[in-house]
Amino acid sequence: MWTLFHKFGSPPWLYRLSGAILRWLLPITVVALVAGSVWGLLFTAPDFRQGNSYRIIYIHVPAAVVALAGYYVMAIAGAVSLIWRMKMADIAMRACAPIGAALTFIALVTGSIWGKPTWGTWWVWDARITSMLILLFLYLGVVALYEAYENKALAAKACAVLSLVGTVNIPIIYKSVDWWYSLHQPASIKFTGGSTIDPSMLYPLLFMILAFYALFTCALLLNMRAEILQREQRTAWVRALAGERGGS
Amino acid sequence: MYFESLAAVVQMEGHGAFVWSAYFITIGVIVFMVYAPRRREKRFLRQLEGQIRRAEGGSPPSASKEV
Amino acid sequence: MTPASAAGFCFRLLRRQLVLGLRRPVELGNPLLFFAMVVALFPLGLGPAPDTLADFAPGILWIVALLSNLLTSDAVFRSDLEDGSLEQLLLAPQPLYFSALAYVLAHWLLTGLLLGLVSPVFALMLGLAPAAIPALAFSLLLGTAVLSLIGGIGGALTVGLKRGGMLISLLILPFYMPVLIFGSSAVQAALNGSPAGPYLAILGALLCISIALAPMAIAAGLRISVDT
Repeated sequence: MWTLFHKFGSPPWLYRLSGAILRWLLPITVVALVAGSVWGLLFTAPDFRQGNSYRIIYIHVPAAVVALAGYYVMAIAGAVSLIWRMKMADIAMRACAPIGAALTFIALVTGSIWGKPTWGTWWVWDARITSMLILLFLYLGVVALYEAYENKALAAKACAVLSLVGTVNIPIIYKSVDWWYSLHQPASIKFTGGSTIDPSMLYPLLFMILAFYALFTCALLLNMRAEILQREQRTAWVRALAGERGGS
Repeated sequence: MYFESLAAVVQMEGHGAFVWSAYFITIGVIVFMVYAPRRREKRFLRQLEGQIRRAEGGSPPSASKEV
Repeated sequence: MTPASAAGFCFRLLRRQLVLGLRRPVELGNPLLFFAMVVALFPLGLGPAPDTLADFAPGILWIVALLSNLLTSDAVFRSDLEDGSLEQLLLAPQPLYFSALAYVLAHWLLTGLLLGLVSPVFALMLGLAPAAIPALAFSLLLGTAVLSLIGGIGGALTVGLKRGGMLISLLILPFYMPVLIFGSSAVQAALNGSPAGPYLAILGALLCISIALAPMAIAAGLRISVDT
């Protein structure tokens, strides 16, 4: 157990491992994303109320689910880096923020595009949309804080504290926004919440959620690799790596 | 397959513009998400490689200007 | 000199912060002046119709209170970091948790408390019904305490940075949102004639959570900032 733990703390080991993982995970992710999209776009029946526009669900919901999970991954990595002072956890935490922001952005944009044919407007101050918007702000806050610090080791610590504060706050924010919305809910807009989803629509959705998790992992590893090299640029193994490229 | 022809797939009974634009924006963001760190890594390695070659050249500072 | 107990230490810290604040009465008035000026912007922007203003008054007053709290929380630790007394505080044997709490309490007494006490005047200027004014004042008193605690986290994390001003608002505004929701709802409820008590109770619960947790985050943030 502890040897594994120490191995995770070793940059060259993690760099090589992530390279090996990405070699097969990246193609699998691409295939899964394409297959899931084709499944959802072409091989399912349209929703009887929303017609074909509901097909956006196959990217909207997975992006939203993984974006939220990503914040917890970031907070856990932050906690690990604060408690055990693990350099790799720092790097993982830093890598989560832009990916999470990108996924939240996807969820917001696709939700807005979905809203146009369904509700007739591009934007509704609905509880879920507002919460996602706040999540985007939280991610961008972490990125901004990290960039503001000159010393990247301190930046990572500060971001870890911020993401832990965010973890405590996210349930409160979600609940309060939910409650706020129920107080102000306009009668003209009806939501499909609570309606059951047909298995023929559910399976491709679950498949896409898995594909998005794989995508998150790939993007995380890719970002970590770039960051590892930059942080370790003075070490012999990174120089050897660069030299290898030059020789070949 | 639910749709009968390619035209029907593109049209999606009037919702095509929404569905396809959502998918294409997503593809764009995902490609950027995967491509940006790879480019950062490649560029960094190339820079470092140049640095090492210049250092190994061992020549006086004037030579380093060539690269 | 006998070693001070933790409570005595915090009390002296609190008194020091208050004295420092009271010695600069102009700076003390700044948040209130800001509050007054932004309140004056709304009739100019929305039009002077009393009905519209009264409708928006709970939200306006709460947002302005939030902003003026935000702008002051940048400065909670700054001068103490610059003159080195913050470093002394971190080295002191007393738990940093309580010291952080003393700082936040001083900040609240000098901004939130005053704001809550002065708010009825502005509420009347915006045409808020007098029935809602107690709810406004109480919700502001409770809510600004939560805001001060959260703002303290932002202040602690950014105090070591040269350009903290804009950054701190990006960091902590999302965390202000629940307070804004329940605070303005309390006033709204009082306007509609329903009891504001439940909302004040929720604000009180938020205050309890943040008293328990925020000083830890502030302490961690200060440790990081002193290293820079």
